Amino acid sequence: MNRNELRATIVEELAKIAPDIDTPSIDDRVRLRREYDLDSMDSLNLLMALHKRLGIEIPESDYARMQSINDLLDYLEPQVER
Amino acid sequence: MSDFLMPSMGAEMEEGTLVEWLIKPGDRVSRGQVIAVIETAKGAIDVEVFESGTVEEIYIAEGTKVPVGTPLARIGEGQHVVADSELRREAEPEQEPEPKRGPEPQREADPERETGRERAAERTGPPPASPAARRRAREAGIDLATLAGSGAQGAIVLADVEAAASKEEHPAARKESEPTRAGFDREEMRRAIAGAMSRSKREIPHYYLATTVDLRATMDWLDQWNAGRPPAERILVSALFIKATALALERHGELNGHYGDDGFRPADEINPGMAIHLRGGGLVAPAILGANELTVAELMQRLQDLVTRARGGGLRGSELSLATATVTALGERGVDSVWGVIHPPQVAMVGFGRARQRAVVVADGVAAHPAVDISLAADHRVCDGHLGALFLNEIDELLQQPEVL
Repeated sequence: MNRNELRATIVEELAKIAPDIDTPSIDDRVRLRREYDLDSMDSLNLLMALHKRLGIEIPESDYARMQSINDLLDYLEPQVER
Repeated sequence: MSDFLMPSMGAEMEEGTLVEWLIKPGDRVSRGQVIAVIETAKGAIDVEVFESGTVEEIYIAEGTKVPVGTPLARIGEGQHVVADSELRREAEPEQEPEPKRGPEPQREADPERETGRERAAERTGPPPASPAARRRAREAGIDLATLAGSGAQGAIVLADVEAAASKEEHPAARKESEPTRAGFDREEMRRAIAGAMSRSKREIPHYYLATTVDLRATMDWLDQWNAGRPPAERILVSALFIKATALALERHGELNGHYGDDGFRPADEINPGMAIHLRGGGLVAPAILGANELTVAELMQRLQDLVTRARGGGLRGSELSLATATVTALGERGVDSVWGVIHPPQVAMVGFGRARQRAVVVADGVAAHPAVDISLAADHRVCDGHLGALFLNEIDELLQQPEVL
């Protein structure tokens, strides 16, 4: 899976959690939680969804540091390239 | 034998629309089984029957709006069953939104709504559509009148609605007050909330207390629990807050129950309602039934399920009508303190602010610990500040020993 496919997966799962987000205009640099009003439950649900789809388990401590889609991509990309 | 009435699922609810029957005369039903879908200001709610028996007669047809308390059906021994076809069927005027007519002819008993009972309904007014199609259309905010039906006699079936729903690519373009995916009308919900909150402040003499709780023990326990576990097993701190609140309510029954015409009636069960914010505006506070008896892990699962159904549809009548007190936790995007407004007929609202690092005194020094401000709004007709203080201190103590929760 390349970076684009990974990004598409993340955006897909994000859209399920927050259907009101205008997906074509998502800025990969913004802090997701603040920009899209995600609470801790939304955050956890996204984590669960990514785990399910990508088979990658992100430890809570790492996840807490990720703020934007770029952060997620930078973290996950090396792990999906196998 | 008794009548199944239009339930009140909130202080402000005066009427509801019976949108779908999931049973028919002659069916056996058991206590707690979902038998109807009712549309309220809080969206479409799955309503359970509170007794076991046989459905003898259905009084109110699908699509009818009736006041709270109206008999909808009769549940009995099965000796006086009135079949659907015996009900009068009146011709429908073209634009009438609440037709009085008999429900559809014989259908197969199929409790699994999602697999769809796809058969045409005979009507002369609104477009004929299967119950599954109507439900999906409601959820997706699609007007059935805009669809062409591919079923028998031009009826709209689930596949037709799904095809239309998948064409909707920009939910952000939807108008402000149209029903959302969860099927609630934002303006109607706002009116309902306005009514309930106004009534609360008019009728309930609120008193307020607050205290700051050191969360070092709770957070250490939580970090340890979550560290080794996959995401599906992780716990959020709000689950611990709810458990502690439930146990504290058990000890201080004057905060757990309903206030009615004959005064305060303490509840036998501890069913804390959880205030859940709905995307796009709106608030609903369904209860986690029997929270005091759940493990924290179980409570977390229930909470997740509740949030999913609150935002996506599928909340149950019992979850809305049986809440015995409410917890509001705005979370880490919130603020330090929240001063709640009690939801009548309850008598208490517990608020949890943002858990964040604070400077706290430890022994003779100062340390940085996670801490949270918790507040209590309580009905002064039922109890006084002294009891409220004991209650908050109880929650504090419980959160110092999270492993026991």
